[in-house]
Amino acid sequence: MKNEETVLSEREKILARVREALKAPVPSPVSHGHVLPPAAAYPARQWLPKVGETFDDQLALFAKNAAELKADFQLLNSADEMCQALVRLRDTAGWRRVAGHSGDLTNAVCPALNLPLLRTDRAYDVHELEACDVGISECDALIAQTGSVLVTNRSAGGRALSVLPPHHVVLARREQLVADLPAAFELLQQKYAENYPSMISFITGPSRTGDIERILVLGAHGPKRLTIFCL
Amino acid sequence: MSTFAAQFLKHARVMSGDLRHRKIIRTALGNYEIARDQRQAAFQDWQGARQLAAVIKWEAVNHLDKYLEQFVAKLEARGTKVHWASTGDQAREIILQIVRDKKARSIIKSKAMTAEEIHLNDALEKAGLNVVENDLGEFIVQLRHEAPYHIVFPSMHLTRGEISELFQRELGSAPTNDPEELTMIARRVLRKKYLTADIGITGANFAIAETGMISITENEGNARLTAALPKTMVTLMGIEKVLPKLADLALFLPMLATMGTGQQITCYNTMYGGPRQPGESDGPEEWHIVLLDNHRTELLADAEQRDALHCIRCGACLNVCPIFRNVGGHTYGTTYSGPIGSVITPHLRGLQDWKHLSNASSLCGACTQTCPVKIDLHHHLLQNRRNAVKGKPAFFERLAYQAFGFVANRPALWSIAKKLGRLGQPLQKLVKGSALDPAKAWTQTRDLPPQPKESFKDWWTNRK
Ligand code: SF4
Repeated sequence: MKNEETVLSEREKILARVREALKAPVPSPVSHGHVLPPAAAYPARQWLPKVGETFDDQLALFAKNAAELKADFQLLNSADEMCQALVRLRDTAGWRRVAGHSGDLTNAVCPALNLPLLRTDRAYDVHELEACDVGISECDALIAQTGSVLVTNRSAGGRALSVLPPHHVVLARREQLVADLPAAFELLQQKYAENYPSMISFITGPSRTGDIERILVLGAHGPKRLTIFCL
Repeated sequence: MSTFAAQFLKHARVMSGDLRHRKIIRTALGNYEIARDQRQAAFQDWQGARQLAAVIKWEAVNHLDKYLEQFVAKLEARGTKVHWASTGDQAREIILQIVRDKKARSIIKSKAMTAEEIHLNDALEKAGLNVVENDLGEFIVQLRHEAPYHIVFPSMHLTRGEISELFQRELGSAPTNDPEELTMIARRVLRKKYLTADIGITGANFAIAETGMISITENEGNARLTAALPKTMVTLMGIEKVLPKLADLALFLPMLATMGTGQQITCYNTMYGGPRQPGESDGPEEWHIVLLDNHRTELLADAEQRDALHCIRCGACLNVCPIFRNVGGHTYGTTYSGPIGSVITPHLRGLQDWKHLSNASSLCGACTQTCPVKIDLHHHLLQNRRNAVKGKPAFFERLAYQAFGFVANRPALWSIAKKLGRLGQPLQKLVKGSALDPAKAWTQTRDLPPQPKESFKDWWTNRK
């Protein structure tokens, strides 16, 4: 009880100090002597790196970004091709344990692997997930501007599937490609504004670090490999 | 002189003469500069982006009460426990209480400068807990019992050889000179910790008022694991981290990455809006957010320097600062170093004790020019100098200037002083830089230009 009271009063004290401090006004940053209109009138898009108008431009940009980030991006023409690509990966990488979740694409493709699948979209044992060779998930969007994959814990099998196993495979569709970051946030708002998932993540290439002599090393704590199959 | 100032001078003298250290820093930052410039050039208009970022931060900081209340209401509606702490002591006590309630023994922690600011690890370790930093750079400096060297690159002052020796000594690993192998050693050690830790502690890069979320920017995936695996998650953040809208991140995420590391966007940028929600399969059962003031409201009350609260801790001003590059991060003896540290430390820890940092600047303005949110850093250093003198005038300095003014205003006295100066200069050489020299602080490392045999005035009167 006593604890509750101090919490409340600290909140009031801090907010009171904030209000007192703000009594002295500071003019908004100005540009060339003019006060700028509110931020809302300045969409970030016009300042951010340029993205082509057409779908093909955007797809090419995504592929270029993915290559620079050392992610493996493959365009496929049918669910069958996706199955084959996945099976090839299984054989070359020697997967034995696979984790994933239920979704249109995952359900259509994962059975082709012929391996037991640990589902992470319902209660699961994290040690079992840690022992998996790969996590296979869907996503919410691909972002051309940055080469990012947008996932949420609702669309991509929870918080850990896309980061705990050493290899993350994303199954996506061409329609999921958006031009830039502002478009990705618009999409999030349209899709989830009523009730946001508790985790939203922009994944841009495999996990990396430069903490030793600023030399790039992949797979610091998250996946060493990121594969994106796009239908 | 405060003891902090004496320490600073001592370390600065040693470090600026350490050519090996300077070379390491120069190489690391040279690579950063190339990447940063490329990323900046990819923006359609970098200056436009800076201006917009400054306006958004201005809006947030100048309506901080409104946005904080909105942020907290949204968070609480989804089951997050929000705590408020006026001081570092209070924040540590809140976190220790959570630890006691949960009977926790082991903690993993992803990088958080706010935690450095309140010396959280010390407090937790004193309480008998095992705390492991899981950002690679932070893990390395933790093993060395050292503070982070830089707010973004904690271990940039170390070579792979030194890190290998450290790992051999502390972790019993085999010697290697390969950064990849070294990273994998750390990966293996830390993996186990993620799976067994009772509590995960994180910081926050941004707080979104509109939706009640925090955003964490990282490259390694350590923060993602910290926010996914332990049953309890604790986030410690300063109250100034607020942004009004979720979509503001479309600007801030790439700007932070561009200036922080020279990437277009970092590997993981993750927004958290609550603990595990009904129907979700993983994530912490409980999420506590600790909102820290710790003198931030005092900085807010200083209308002249309020924009220092816009800082997104990208570290860019450190990277371009000629002082930082020569004296290094540890010399400052502060949590936040470089230009932004020199500006805010006097506010956070006392002006008179830390006023010397305002002079750790050539006033070149490189920091102000680079800052992505347009903080007027070098003018704030000047303002701190002025405020420090106002608060505690330097008696001898004032006396000296008064005497100078008196002499300079009287031509007869002035010409005598000049003659004396010409006679005196050869004598000064004898004591230059020694304890007998009244201008020792200045002359130790500098030569006085020789006075000309004949002054301009004499030449003018004597010319034929
Ligand atoms: S003051 Fe500006 S440049 Fe320096 S760390 Fe903060 S945001 Fe970056």
